[in-house]
Amino acid sequence: MALQSLDIKQRSATTTPAPQARQTIEIAKLIDVSACIGCKACQVACMEWNDVRDEVGSCHGIYDNPVDLTENSWTVMRYAEVEEQGKLEWLIRKDGCMHCSDPGCLKACPAPGAIIQYANGIVDFHQENCIGCGYCVSGCPFNVPRISKKDSKAYKCTLCSDRVAVNQAPACAKACPTGAIQFGSKEDMKDYAEKRIADLKERGYQKAGLYDPAGVGGTHVMYVLHHADRPGLYSGLPQDPAISPTVSLWKGVTKPVAAAALGLVALGSLFHYVMKGPNEVSKEIEKEVEKEDAQ
Amino acid sequence: MIRDPKDLQRYTASERANHWLVGICFILLALSGLAFFHPAFYPLVQFFGGGPWARILHPFIGVLMVLAFVIMFFRFAGLNRMTAADRAWLSRIGEMVDGNDHGMPEQGKYNGGQKLMFWLMTLSMIVLVISGVLMWRSQFSFAVDVVRLASLAHALAAVVMIVLIIVHAYAAIWTKGTVRAMWYGTVTRAWAKQHHRAWYRQMTGK
Repeated sequence: MALQSLDIKQRSATTTPAPQARQTIEIAKLIDVSACIGCKACQVACMEWNDVRDEVGSCHGIYDNPVDLTENSWTVMRYAEVEEQGKLEWLIRKDGCMHCSDPGCLKACPAPGAIIQYANGIVDFHQENCIGCGYCVSGCPFNVPRISKKDSKAYKCTLCSDRVAVNQAPACAKACPTGAIQFGSKEDMKDYAEKRIADLKERGYQKAGLYDPAGVGGTHVMYVLHHADRPGLYSGLPQDPAISPTVSLWKGVTKPVAAAALGLVALGSLFHYVMKGPNEVSKEIEKEVEKEDAQ
Repeated sequence: MIRDPKDLQRYTASERANHWLVGICFILLALSGLAFFHPAFYPLVQFFGGGPWARILHPFIGVLMVLAFVIMFFRFAGLNRMTAADRAWLSRIGEMVDGNDHGMPEQGKYNGGQKLMFWLMTLSMIVLVISGVLMWRSQFSFAVDVVRLASLAHALAAVVMIVLIIVHAYAAIWTKGTVRAMWYGTVTRAWAKQHHRAWYRQMTGK
């Protein structure tokens, strides 16, 4: 969504800095997994607000529906049944874009302005600039972006940038009946999380903690987890997510070095010609051939 | 069209057409590929009707290039086998680049540098086509780690390929009387005698 009312921090495929004079606070969405009842109101609210409708799928024998994120389902509830100390735990995680501070999608994107990071931390796809290459999919450490089969554009959670721009909480947070989805400044959300974590620890979850992974510079969607030491329990939430070293190499040092190498080879050729002169057929050999013809 | 009936035929019409088909594909692929590679080159997508069109066309042009390249490979592979004379030539390439070819060993239809170029281009093409298929998202869906590696390999192989082509085209421009072999197929006998003496002998019986 193109929105001028939010300040831009970073723009894909752009090598000069974005305007930085205006300072805004970072926002965050906090998902308290321990308070989630798996009602999917957030999924419905997301569809409603963003006017996206997924196909009515089929039952896969589990609660997850749809079973994966799609271009029309920007958030999905993932239900994991885990046995902990002889007790069944139903770990329900609302999956979707984490809005990384160091977004792999933005780093990988070759189209200027197709991916925008706002100063408040929201990472947004601007589909009008998207060329449909899918590099964002390769860049993302959380497997979030999806390319539409219909229009070949990439889609994901916008953190309701349009609502946030007018001081409204994201649709999912607004719809959550248990307060499991909180929204506010990142600082406030961390404070709120601390209280929740203290409460969980009191109730026996010694490893409760905040999921705000440093490998991607922190995220603007954070989780309160009862088992923060093992995020993988929550339907494969990555332990130490970071932009893949392959992507960093491809989109990092390779770009300027290769561009410089190409320029040097082209210029080197020109200067070789100018300094050494062309490689002409020698007069001697031309005369030899002429002589043979005359015989 | 014969300019001088005694000129030597270096390339047939179909070899030339084949070469130019590969060449045109390469130029289009390099322009669109560079656009995706570095933001400084992104405006090149305008040659293709914008970003999405460049993204759509690039892999199809790639497929065409591979097909044309495979045919060209089989036309010329036999002529590009490395020999001891080629290695001797390559060991003295510094003198050649310096503009002094007096001490260079006698060469057949292709010199060691051209042969090396041929095999390096072939190698680049293999890496480019395999990695290109792996990262062709609109047609295929491979594991993300595989696609990441393919993306890196594709970029590196493409840079190597572009460097090779710059050297290839420059060598043709630098060596006067060469480019016409790719326009209308012939070279002068003096050109052949100077640059590819063994081939000159084979063609003229002298």
